[in-house]
Amino acid sequence: MPNTDQYLKADIFDSPDQAATREGFGKGLVEAADADERIVALCADLTESTRMEAFAKKYPQRYIEVGVAEQNLAALASGFAAYGKIPFITSYATFSPGRNNEQIRTTISLNNVPVKIVGSHAGVSVGPDGATHQALEDIALMRVQPNMTVVSPCDAEEARKATLAAAKWNGPVYIRLAREKTPIMTTAETPFEIGKANLVWQGKTLPQTVIFATGPLVHNALLAAQALEKEGLAVNVVNVHTIKPLDKETIVREARAAGAVVTVEEHQIAGGLGSAIAELLAQECPVPQEFVGVRDLFGQSGTPKELIEHYGLGVSHIVDAVKKVLQRKTS
Amino acid sequence: MDALSDAEVKQFEKKANEVRQTIIEMLVAAGSGHTAGPLGMADIFTALYFRVLRHDAKNPEWPERDRLILSNGHIAPVLYAVMAHAGYFPVEECLTLRKFGSRLQGHPERERLSGLETTSGPLGSGLSQAAGMAYASRVNGDKNRIYCAMSDGEHDCGNLWEAAMFAGANRLSNLTGIVDRNNIQIDGYTESIMPLEPFREKYESFGWHVLEVDGHNIPQFIQACGEAAAIYEKPTVIIAHTIPGKGIREIERDYRWHGKPPHQDEAKRFLAELRTLQGKIVSEHE
Repeated sequence: MPNTDQYLKADIFDSPDQAATREGFGKGLVEAADADERIVALCADLTESTRMEAFAKKYPQRYIEVGVAEQNLAALASGFAAYGKIPFITSYATFSPGRNNEQIRTTISLNNVPVKIVGSHAGVSVGPDGATHQALEDIALMRVQPNMTVVSPCDAEEARKATLAAAKWNGPVYIRLAREKTPIMTTAETPFEIGKANLVWQGKTLPQTVIFATGPLVHNALLAAQALEKEGLAVNVVNVHTIKPLDKETIVREARAAGAVVTVEEHQIAGGLGSAIAELLAQECPVPQEFVGVRDLFGQSGTPKELIEHYGLGVSHIVDAVKKVLQRKTS
Repeated sequence: MDALSDAEVKQFEKKANEVRQTIIEMLVAAGSGHTAGPLGMADIFTALYFRVLRHDAKNPEWPERDRLILSNGHIAPVLYAVMAHAGYFPVEECLTLRKFGSRLQGHPERERLSGLETTSGPLGSGLSQAAGMAYASRVNGDKNRIYCAMSDGEHDCGNLWEAAMFAGANRLSNLTGIVDRNNIQIDGYTESIMPLEPFREKYESFGWHVLEVDGHNIPQFIQACGEAAAIYEKPTVIIAHTIPGKGIREIERDYRWHGKPPHQDEAKRFLAELRTLQGKIVSEHE
């Protein structure tokens, strides 16, 4: 059942309101800018698409259009940050942090300046645009850079909070966003703290498996938990919105209690949330783990729903992964 | 900027010569690093730190200071040597260049050495950072200037031209680019690797004011910096024609000296050449 400490929305299982995480970012950016005049925003010819237009309208002096130049976008922001500003830079994740990865590495991460990199259109759920525009490796690219913090919000409300938190975070941050509208699960009261994972679903009895999910697929993880409960299988679900720094305490505690782990992400299995958790648990609490994620493939055109199913990220895939890991645990 | 007196010019040339000696000493001690570029930019960096830049070695975080971004981080020895001579840290520390635990990393790292404005080495990104600072300075209404030292070879990078386009479009008149036009890069001469000419016209067409100077003529360079500060409509780039390895005849104009340090015995010869001003005076150090 939903963990009441999380103040989740009551309607998460029956046609909840939907909004894209990029929408929440757009709101959060204006709120953050209202509170801190050091915030500036730079965009690479995708203002509307990355939901910066409200900021651009309200703060034209603090909004900088860079054109289709993502390498310049990152290095310019480094200059702004070194000068005392707090820059948010947006593009699609395949371009930033994809195309400009070295500029981010040298001028932001190694230089350790507080640039907030916002990558929209992550995951196969981008849909019809196809593989070129579906970032599936951005978490991996960002989490291997020292000094970088990596946040992957589960819904628009959490994206809003993540934006506010990133503005106050003393260092570089990557925020991963999605194009498609997805269910809103959290409320203004739901706690959010960078580096603190949220236990969003608790099994009615001792959990047999814990599902660690990130991004909008947290909703699929909840649907899977509900389905499993009907079959009499108790699981816990943890929303791991911060992939770096990982909430080691919560993850080890949950893995130890359940004795089996399923990770869920709209990203390559290599280098993503599942990898980060496997790296941790291999040292702290080795237990069987199944990975729900993209298996070393590029995306393609299609509807978001078709693609989520095709790449094995649907509710049934999570249910199957739980059953598989349970078998491994008991055999 | 006021014109220099003859006596002042001599002082600067003497200081630049000391900087060159420090560069040779630190490269020999390091056993690796770049020689030609740092020697070629010794006059310009001396002029920057002893005349052009508004800065305070004792207060490197002074908010109103001018900013100098070194884009081509591999010529760090000239930056370190000049900073040491300008009082940022003891000159002896230069001998720790590239050694474990040193603040003087092989390529500059801002977080390790106070007084550095950025971390650089990978080419083509410095002008973007300088443009970001210039834009931020203008938003604040600050009166300082932002300088960006670049190599000519790094103009092969697309990122650099993205920044040039941005600075031109935004009329960042508080930004001065300085290009070390020494015509060499690692694999050979710039015009045979990837021709940059017509170089002046490229910058002009990107909306920049362009000045060309002899990079070893200190008064001419200082005057150009003054003119750049007086241009209100555009960013200015100073194309400084330099001789790679300037000051040591064996190194001058030889691209093979781009990325290697002198050996001990070579260094002895080179230092003697510098100390005697190419044989013009009797060295006190022999």
